[in-house]
Amino acid sequence: MAEQKHEKYYVPASSPWPIVGAIGLGLIAFGAGHTVIDMKNETEGWGSNVLLGGIAVILIMLFGWFRDQINESMSGLYSKQLGHSYRQGMAWFIFSEIMFFAAFFGALFYARTIAVEWLGGAGNNAMTNEVLWPGFEAIWPLTETPGGTESGAMGWLGLPLYNTLILIASSFTCHFAHVGLEKGKRKQLTVWLGVTIVLGCIFLYMQGAEYVHAYEELGLTLDSGVYGNTFYMLTGFHGMHVTLGTIMLIVMFFRVLKGHFTPESHFAFQATSWYWHFVDVVWVCLFIFVYIL
Amino acid sequence: MSTVVGEMDQHDDHHHHAPSGITRWLFTTNHKDIGSMYLWFSFIMFLVGGSMAMVIRAELFQPGLQLVDPHFFNQMTTVHGLIMVFGAVMPAFTGLANWMIPMMIGAPDMALPRMNNWSFWILPFAFAILLASLFMEGGGPAFGWTFYAPLSTTYSSDSTALFVFSVHIMGISSIMGAINVIVTIMNMRAPGMSYMKMPLFVWTWFITAFLLIAVMPVLAGAVTMVLTDKYFGTSFFDAAGGGDPVMFQHIFWFFGHPEVYIMILPSFGIVSAIIPAFSRKRLFGYSSMVYATAAIAGLSFLVWAHHMFTTGMPVFAELFFMYCTMLISVPTGVKVFNWVATMWRGSISFETPMLFALAFVILFTIGGFSGLMLAITPVDFQYHDTYFVVAHFHYVLVSGAIFSIMAAAYYWLPKWTGHMYDEGLAKLHFWASLISVNVLFFPMHFAGLAGMPRRIPDYSVQFADINQIVSIGGFAFGLSQLIFLWLVIKCVKGGKKAPAKPWEGAEGLEWTVPSPAPYHTFDTPPEVK
Repeated sequence: MAEQKHEKYYVPASSPWPIVGAIGLGLIAFGAGHTVIDMKNETEGWGSNVLLGGIAVILIMLFGWFRDQINESMSGLYSKQLGHSYRQGMAWFIFSEIMFFAAFFGALFYARTIAVEWLGGAGNNAMTNEVLWPGFEAIWPLTETPGGTESGAMGWLGLPLYNTLILIASSFTCHFAHVGLEKGKRKQLTVWLGVTIVLGCIFLYMQGAEYVHAYEELGLTLDSGVYGNTFYMLTGFHGMHVTLGTIMLIVMFFRVLKGHFTPESHFAFQATSWYWHFVDVVWVCLFIFVYIL
Repeated sequence: MSTVVGEMDQHDDHHHHAPSGITRWLFTTNHKDIGSMYLWFSFIMFLVGGSMAMVIRAELFQPGLQLVDPHFFNQMTTVHGLIMVFGAVMPAFTGLANWMIPMMIGAPDMALPRMNNWSFWILPFAFAILLASLFMEGGGPAFGWTFYAPLSTTYSSDSTALFVFSVHIMGISSIMGAINVIVTIMNMRAPGMSYMKMPLFVWTWFITAFLLIAVMPVLAGAVTMVLTDKYFGTSFFDAAGGGDPVMFQHIFWFFGHPEVYIMILPSFGIVSAIIPAFSRKRLFGYSSMVYATAAIAGLSFLVWAHHMFTTGMPVFAELFFMYCTMLISVPTGVKVFNWVATMWRGSISFETPMLFALAFVILFTIGGFSGLMLAITPVDFQYHDTYFVVAHFHYVLVSGAIFSIMAAAYYWLPKWTGHMYDEGLAKLHFWASLISVNVLFFPMHFAGLAGMPRRIPDYSVQFADINQIVSIGGFAFGLSQLIFLWLVIKCVKGGKKAPAKPWEGAEGLEWTVPSPAPYHTFDTPPEVK
């Protein structure tokens, strides 16, 4: 940046981990593809082994890459400029995640305000309803699809509401931990970080319980029409992100216990915290658009 | 545009200079190595995708079914499109970005060099998976590169899951590549290199990277919905479950339209570097070029449904998308006029980069005009899904994007290799490409207007003559590219030594370092005034 005149540039040394990561992703893609195909055809195949192998390679890559990265960072190799690069990179990554969720929110809005309405005869689609789907009524949540699949609808009171409060609270506790880190209060940092992890785990457990409730009592499943699709895809991808965020928080927790991070230099913690706030904001949108409205 | 003052220390003697052997390429963090790998990969994919086009043109040489069965023909059109978009054009631009952006802004390397290597190495795996799916039972993807539901869900072959996951990891690669570019530009500029001093190639890539990060995740969402619809019983695109196949097209084209600008904005940057260099004049209207690029990118999010005028939308929506689309011709016009004004009264010379850039301006404009015709809703009802559309997007992508990539390659080859390329061979390549590309694509306009549909292996006998001409143009264009391959190999191996600045009128930081550019360009930041 303009103000850092004649600082020597830092370029990281070559590393085997990127190519290991590429091999891992390749195996995951190839294995996942074959796993899905085998599931569909109900055949036994080697796809899932390749998939598991790929996941193992990715885990080794993550472990090795982060170990190198942490060692380099702890030995003071990095420049301030690199810290900026990491932060901006993380911010853009979160932006890309927002756009991924936007695709599914878009599907939800389109299905709800256009597709289902048109099937019900809205606009100039009276004949669509009359001829193709006679008797179909456009309602949301779509408890009976044009094809006749019936399911219950998920309410917003009770469990989802508690989960919302838990996740919002965890955003605050995460922030308290961050403030503790910046002020050099390690105890505040450790305690609030621990509380955040516990809240994240409770959220995930309750989300699991909600899925069981939906499947067993409401008859709301992944294949029960576009309401079930959008419900499970949105909450499911969100749950995967919460899982990832919780794992990141746990890693941060152990690094904090080992005495890592200083008030000035704590990119990994900051990135994790941003990520956690991001999953929280996504949940609030989910709660409003999937559950309440 | 920018000049360098002060000293530059170009020799970097600490722990990592160019290592040797295969690990140099596997483990590298060097933007030039990674850029070269991207460029070679993209050229290989260009030949692979091109040979599929040769299969298509051979089958269409005569009416009737001769060489391949229709299902294989469909796989060829599909994979040709996927490979050219994701395997040839996009990696070529990323390769150019890797090579040139750090040099142009006075940075030592990309901002995140290890991630850079990761994003490259994903690509060979992604395309190996995609190509391997062609050999599976039931064949590979055969639903067109746009994979419209229900062709890709209800009616697709078993191997669709492999297509989905290969697109997923291609997307991961593109997003990481784009994050790297955008962070490099925001964070690694040399002192004094303010945003409005950046070369236009850097500017256009900056905006392209933003588009990539915004829309590649939407593509990931679209393929995920195809996957769950086909394999897990969801009904996003199935009316029986309350979904809608038209919704697929909305989601796809929300990605797809910015995507086509991803494939052309860096071209604008390349041409904006080359035309001033060979006109020996400054670029006319630098800041209007920047604003026009940003305007095109912004509008690209508001025009997606012009790809689907015939699929059923309220009239209001059709008009909205029609007017927004026509609006794009304004900033695009600004660019074309600026290029022409740059040449006005310049002392122009016609080396090969300039020839390709000039061909770009003219042929891209033809493609732009046919796009304007397609934008007009009522007439689009006639053009939709005909060869007119094929002609349109090949004019903007082949004689647009690919020609600009060729121009860039000729322009910067001396900087990359340290040798001048063979100008005679290059001119042969240019004229062969220029003539054959027009023989190939221009008659398609007429075939389309007369009603010949896309993506069909057979046609009515009345189109026989036109298709023979088109196929001959196609074979000639394909063969012409082998001249380029030969030329590049020759240039890498040797040739006349290139000076630091082989082009008299060229400007920018990349020409201040020796040719070939040292392994680490800038060790300490150069100062830009």
